[in-house]
Amino acid sequence: MSAVKSKAEKRFQIFWTAFFIILTCLCMVPILRVISMSFSGKNAILAGKVFLWPVEFTTEAYQKALSSGSFVRSFWYSIMLMLGTTAVNLVMTVLAAYPLSKRDLKGGAFIMTLFVLTMYLHPGTIPTYLNVRDFGLINTVWALVIPGALSAYNMIIMCNAFKGIDDAIYEAAKIDGCSDMRTLMSVALPLVGPTLATLGLFYAVGRWNDISDVLYYINSSSLYTVQMVLKQFIESVNISAEEGLTTNLVAENVKAASIVISMLPMLIVYPFVQRFFTKGIMVGAVKG
Amino acid sequence: MGKEQIGTKRKVSLGVYLKGHWQLYAMLLVPVIYMILFKYKPMLGVIVAFEDFSIFKGMWNSPWVGLANFKEVFGSSTFWTALKNTLILNLGDLIFGFPFPIFLALFLNELRSNRVRKVTQTLLYLPNFLSWVIISGIVTQLFSSSGLVNNVIEALGFNSVGFLSNSFIWRIVYWGTGIWQAAGYSLIIYLAALMATDTSLSEAAYLDGATRLQRIWHVTLPQISGTVTTLLIMQVGRLVTISFDRPYMMSNAVVSDAAEVISTYVYSVGLAAGRFDFATAVGLFQTVVGVVMVVAANQIIKKMGQEGIM
Repeated sequence: MSAVKSKAEKRFQIFWTAFFIILTCLCMVPILRVISMSFSGKNAILAGKVFLWPVEFTTEAYQKALSSGSFVRSFWYSIMLMLGTTAVNLVMTVLAAYPLSKRDLKGGAFIMTLFVLTMYLHPGTIPTYLNVRDFGLINTVWALVIPGALSAYNMIIMCNAFKGIDDAIYEAAKIDGCSDMRTLMSVALPLVGPTLATLGLFYAVGRWNDISDVLYYINSSSLYTVQMVLKQFIESVNISAEEGLTTNLVAENVKAASIVISMLPMLIVYPFVQRFFTKGIMVGAVKG
Repeated sequence: MGKEQIGTKRKVSLGVYLKGHWQLYAMLLVPVIYMILFKYKPMLGVIVAFEDFSIFKGMWNSPWVGLANFKEVFGSSTFWTALKNTLILNLGDLIFGFPFPIFLALFLNELRSNRVRKVTQTLLYLPNFLSWVIISGIVTQLFSSSGLVNNVIEALGFNSVGFLSNSFIWRIVYWGTGIWQAAGYSLIIYLAALMATDTSLSEAAYLDGATRLQRIWHVTLPQISGTVTTLLIMQVGRLVTISFDRPYMMSNAVVSDAAEVISTYVYSVGLAAGRFDFATAVGLFQTVVGVVMVVAANQIIKKMGQEGIM
């Protein structure tokens, strides 16, 4: 490599490294800004003094947000709902995926096709609503658990993970006299741990973030998830902000603190699971 | 050995097979019943679109009105506005949102520092984990009349901009937010595709005197064209389909003429205003057009020699 070329190479590396560092910092600005607002004084925010660092540092906003009974209750309720839903989802996914991963399962291809079709043939919002209503689930917590209890897409990912296990391992289990159930529990499941973790996280994040089914099926505020309560906080501000009023029902810093608290479960698990997620996306992407 | 076993397995009669593997079918029982009751049974509900539906009479007893609801849908100007807005917002995502992560991946892939690559990838993927409620809250705090961006604009001596109240600018905010939220996900897919490319080709082009941009454009990019076309055609196939949370949370009363899309329209007409039959007709229209477009897109993928999605 000539001196000129390596110099150009060096310049290229410096330029694009700087580019990506700046871009990444810019993308973090919205998140940093909301955090800094949550620790700032109300008046400093109104005066437009808060940029990316808290001004008039205070934890008052968090105290206020955490003193709101509906917000705190919905937070714990959402955590429980997320854990419960994820457990149901994973059990359903494994129960469907394991038998369908057996190439010689009679009727398996037909059942698989039925599952795959559900990815494309959506009945639509209203027929789904009427169905949930038929089962008497409206305004119960089950309306948030059952309609989405099994994703065909995730089931296919799980199925591929089971197919990826070496046939010799299944043969060995069979020779040892394991039943199908025993093989699944003691042999197959431990081998698909990473996929299981990934899908569990997909389901958990989806449940934590989703708001549409709460809007559709729930009308009693005691069953509102944290996102729904947060939405009410935000909207009480949105309307007045659009009309140019300064008398917000929920102060900006309290709103920011509520946003940060609602992000917290995702921000805490994110660094640990990012690796798994990447893997999970790849499995899905390869399959297409 | 393997072949022999398959041979003997085929001879096993159905009865013996079922007896040996009843546990597998028992496992399938709950998911299959679930699928029938919660994925296929609601499909019957589309008959509501052909009825003068009353929630008290139910879908089996409401009077049949043929295509009257569809006539009303196609005669409604709000429906066409919602369809137009859906197409505009999705096209914007396609034009601005689709190439961006490819561009990022191509250049990120050229960097020697693994650390920069990893940190960028990790942090850009983070917004993917935030709900649209949270994102819309953050966006309002950034772009409202008293938000960060307008504070900066005013500090520079300009007039504040109605980012969230001007329909045209609101769309740009909508697309920009979409890129911010979703680019990290696509970036990971493209980076993984790039990992699988053959770097010796790029090296050979380098020795032949190709500039870096020439190498990226003529050597590296063609090697991931399969991934790119598959994702592109899938996105084109979904042009009439739009998620609910994002447009619903991003919109506000002032820009509703630009923000009302099919999903939010079905919600407001159907669930909020109680016109179930009308809203079902709108939803059915969207599903049918959507399925036709996905199937067509899939055929195109296959014609191009790629593995389809179905």
